[in-house]
Amino acid sequence: MKAADALLATVMRQPALAQDLPLDGWELLIRQARRSGLLARLSYRLNAAGALAAAPGPARPHFEEARVLSDKHARDVRWEVRDLRRVLAGVADRPVLLKGAAYAMTGLPPAEGRVFADIDVLVPRENLAAVERRLRDHGWGNWEVDAYDDRYYRRFTHQIPPLTHFLRGTTLDVHHAIVQPSARDAVATRPLLEAAQAVLGEPGLAVLQPTDMVLHSAAHLFNDGEFNRGLRDLDDLNLLLRHFGEQPDFWPALLARAEALGLMHPLAYALRYTAAILATPVPADCLAASRRAGPGTLRMAALDRLFGEALAPDHPSCRGVSSAPALWLLYVRAHYLRMPLHLLVPHLLRKALRTEERTREASVTDANARLNLPGPTAQSRGHG
Amino acid sequence: MLVADLDDEALRRTLAGAGLGVRVGPFTLRLTSAQPVLARSLRLLYGPNPIAPAGSFIDFHIGVGPPAGLRRWVRPRIRFTLDGVAPFWPAPPAHVAPLFEWGLNWCIVTEAHRYLMLHAAAIERDGHVAILPGEPGSGKSTLCAALVNRGWRLLTDEITMISLDGRQITPLARPVSLKNASIEVIRRFAPEAVLSPPVEGTSKGTVALMRAPEASIRRMAESARPRWVIFPKYVKDAPATLVPETRGRTLIALGDAGFNYSIHGRRGFEALANLVEDSACFRFSYGHLDDAVAAFAALPSP
Repeated sequence: MKAADALLATVMRQPALAQDLPLDGWELLIRQARRSGLLARLSYRLNAAGALAAAPGPARPHFEEARVLSDKHARDVRWEVRDLRRVLAGVADRPVLLKGAAYAMTGLPPAEGRVFADIDVLVPRENLAAVERRLRDHGWGNWEVDAYDDRYYRRFTHQIPPLTHFLRGTTLDVHHAIVQPSARDAVATRPLLEAAQAVLGEPGLAVLQPTDMVLHSAAHLFNDGEFNRGLRDLDDLNLLLRHFGEQPDFWPALLARAEALGLMHPLAYALRYTAAILATPVPADCLAASRRAGPGTLRMAALDRLFGEALAPDHPSCRGVSSAPALWLLYVRAHYLRMPLHLLVPHLLRKALRTEERTREASVTDANARLNLPGPTAQSRGHG
Repeated sequence: MLVADLDDEALRRTLAGAGLGVRVGPFTLRLTSAQPVLARSLRLLYGPNPIAPAGSFIDFHIGVGPPAGLRRWVRPRIRFTLDGVAPFWPAPPAHVAPLFEWGLNWCIVTEAHRYLMLHAAAIERDGHVAILPGEPGSGKSTLCAALVNRGWRLLTDEITMISLDGRQITPLARPVSLKNASIEVIRRFAPEAVLSPPVEGTSKGTVALMRAPEASIRRMAESARPRWVIFPKYVKDAPATLVPETRGRTLIALGDAGFNYSIHGRRGFEALANLVEDSACFRFSYGHLDDAVAAFAALPSP
């Protein structure tokens, strides 16, 4: 599989191999990792394997710099989440943190060296309006979302349009479900909220229970159609599975929960691709059971090709002529999973016309504002 | 071997082929471009910079080329890319020199957290560095351009890179960006300075780039200690006046000028505290460059 053959994936699986890399190998490794949002995590992983000391002199600062930045993200996320708890008191008394914010607040393995684009939080749908009003009163707003996008978010996605804090520029995604309610396989939010667990040492905050955390991460990665951080998201899954999987009863619980929530397909992809690309030790019977409940042989073969492209590092060295069509098909697939066909076609046409010269999202856009540069700022990111 | 040692044809071929490795301060860039405008601009502004031998470790893979899409046939545009990512909107080919400078600024301030970086110029004399922070319009770049044509060594015009203990400034020795009226002022003040043709209609108005003095580029590996922090302010026809500033206010102002000050957290604060402790701090207003140069020459050695 293409993603598994990438240098970065190889080193993420076996960090000790990095010690034998020539200078240009280190350079390529850093480029792929930076573009995948994995440079800081790679740095920690190499260090744990004793391989970071082998990095040649000019390569080393790049790893240090990535760690400095991820440390900063970790501090900021904690601050923002605690502030959010204060702001939401009374309208959402136990907001459920998702993804990065959840890993950071609970100290789960994916927290190490992770960088954040936004903070994700899940609230009951009936509280959504009050939560949004409260956030707007405290400086959060969607300043650059046009009427079409606003309607699109509210009607077809599982979140309100991303909110940005007017002073700090932090982005907040408020979700009321983990997959689109209009989706062909909608997932009820109620059981997730009911099973959510308190965060140790952080009263008033919650995270999804372990099985749900994995299933949400899987549904997000495989059904959302955006892969510029695909390998990073896959490694989040890898780390969660390794961590929770140490409890033997986790695996049957994971399968049962996927079945109950109707998320067997995303789980089948998650287990298949973490095992294939990152050598996650998934028990054979669990892998086989999820495979049986997953898509048929033909569809699986087609998806192997597509995900094999999409989960490779988003770097020119890993993107070939087959990448763009694969990414486009997965993007269309994501929309197909989320909305009925008679709405999907006009939506995609509109997007195609509007994105003629869309600039790719940059990692840190503050610099544009500071240097007064003519590029996108942190607030101008668009949705798929 | 220096960039200027390649003739036009060789420079263009290298840029269009495997790319040209260039050393700029502590960084090694690899530049690729099929556009003749980049080759011309590099020869002019980076002629004295060393070419990195093949096989060097590359910090930034930079491309200057046309954006994707059909519009390029109607209205030619060029785009700056860092390893395939374009941080800015495309610009007309005539804007290549400022586009490249802004692009490289962006690469450095978003990645080079091995330093504490401030939005400030820095110049050196006898091993002592003066840091000149300045808001746009303060006359920082004009003053910096004038001083480096009167004996001061140019470390940087836009990004001051401070070691994380606050004790060393690492030079970049890159072109100084002159805007609008400053272009003519520096032409008259230092006719020997090498200036790019002015580019009109950029987002910052008319911009011309002054090549760093050759001696500054030759010495770009020599870092030096910060000794003065001076906040310049151009005031029409005002006499050159240095007024002492408190260390406390200086520290706060330097923090505000930080590109990555908050990223470094406590360590950044401690670095600035060390820097300010080692420095004499002033506010400086001036109306004429000759007076300003005289005032800087008379700065008491720390």
